[in-house]
Amino acid sequence: MNASLNLSKINTNEILVQATNITHFFGEKRVLQNIDLTLKRNEITTLIGPNGAGKSTLLKILIDLIQPTLGKIWRSPHLSIGFMPQKIQVDASLPMTVARFLKLGLRKPHFFSSQKTEANFTTELMQTVSLLRLEKLLNTPIQKVSGGEMQRVLLARALIRKPDLLVLDEPVQGVDLQGQVELYHLINEIKDTLHCGILMVSHDLHIVMKSTHQVLCLNEHICCSGHPQTVSESPAFKNLFGQEFDEIAIYEHHHGDTCDHTHGLLK
Amino acid sequence: MIDILLHPPEFLVLALLGGLLVASIATPLGVFMVWQRQSYFSATLAHSALLGVSLGLLLQLNLTLAVMLTSVMIALSIFFLSKKTALSSDTLLGLLAHSTLALGLVILSFQNHIQIDIMSYLFGDILSINTTDIILMAVLLVAVVLYFLRYWQDLLNITLNTELAQVEGVRTQSVQLMYTLLLALLIALAIKVVGILLITSLLIIPSAAAHRLSKSPEQMLSISYLFALLSIVFGLVFSMQWDTPAGPSIVVVASLIFLASLIRKPI
Repeated sequence: MNASLNLSKINTNEILVQATNITHFFGEKRVLQNIDLTLKRNEITTLIGPNGAGKSTLLKILIDLIQPTLGKIWRSPHLSIGFMPQKIQVDASLPMTVARFLKLGLRKPHFFSSQKTEANFTTELMQTVSLLRLEKLLNTPIQKVSGGEMQRVLLARALIRKPDLLVLDEPVQGVDLQGQVELYHLINEIKDTLHCGILMVSHDLHIVMKSTHQVLCLNEHICCSGHPQTVSESPAFKNLFGQEFDEIAIYEHHHGDTCDHTHGLLK
Repeated sequence: MIDILLHPPEFLVLALLGGLLVASIATPLGVFMVWQRQSYFSATLAHSALLGVSLGLLLQLNLTLAVMLTSVMIALSIFFLSKKTALSSDTLLGLLAHSTLALGLVILSFQNHIQIDIMSYLFGDILSINTTDIILMAVLLVAVVLYFLRYWQDLLNITLNTELAQVEGVRTQSVQLMYTLLLALLIALAIKVVGILLITSLLIIPSAAAHRLSKSPEQMLSISYLFALLSIVFGLVFSMQWDTPAGPSIVVVASLIFLASLIRKPI
């Protein structure tokens, strides 16, 4: 059953979310203007842009946390979304292990859930745990998990319901380069196993580019979009990122011969 | 002393029963108050309860009913104002706590012909608990138990990260609104037990004492409940034995339990 289900998902690029002509105001201030955007299964979409460009707002609109002022959002029926927030802050007084945190992401068991469903929950949980190598962290209090580990815990939580669409808000923020590379490998692996669509918000174009199907560069409106190469060559993008993008590129060159020199692209 | 314990007068039975009921209602609300750092919220509701008392006297309504209505109104105002204003919730709560308390005192002063013992509202008057109070408390306890059975997992998820909970399908607004209303009703009913100024302590001290001894949220709830019950029973015994006011005695016992909990190393 599961196999056939997966088979049907492998090659489709069915539309998961379609946003048409989204405009959004906070009070008098316009933060988004005429955004059109389509998220598809088996595709990675990366949303980039400077601070205050409206990236988080757009993300929240797409996953139904905010209603846009104008425009339409269509979501595929019964769409299940896995969401990885930028960070979570848990008060020290809440006794909660990583394992419990992850279990809370499972669908609510019915009041008198049978042993069998309980066992199924555990299997689902353990698959995700081993994919993200979290076994050693399971009994750690969530407040004591380090920054990089927390990224993996939050990613695991987002994956636990086997979502159709995985939404990651700045997944590599505060993670060192090595960690970023690992995380992107992982995200690729996840896409290939779950056959979900992925939407990712990032400041960091040069690393995500290669595995991304579509990059959208946002600054209130979508100032350019397309495949990674097209974006980095677009003058609009260069104007927006200017120096910073150059610096990133220079930094990559320091890594020497093992690096791919076209733009320091990683998988 | 022994004779009183063997053949307790009715007012004492009602006092004990009322205290235990209030502790049972306060415990689950209290643990979430600690986890969500909301203790100032309950303090505000409690302060505003004096406005309810004076309005009740002015309009010659049943006082418990008047306080219930006022607390619910204030709770709703805070709930919606906090989404509208630019003021921090801290400022908003301080503003409402003291303006409603002051307004309550001013309205009271207009009613010179009524002899009221303001101390009994500020610090409780457990011996004045009557059968109607007990019935109202029992009804509220049933509502609280049903609420927490249904929403325990949702509330934990809201506490961890509201947006994540919302994406996962929790109706965060209505779950939080119901919590707020139950809290407002508890405060109205708990005034006779510990008084306006001490209600917050009944909500948070048992939880604070339990937190160092607990490994899971449920364990913290159970230990906190045990501490709350002990505080009520020993507070009343203390009060009878030494002829001290009951409300403050209950809070003193709770505080002693908290101090004792510090001796043990946290788990």
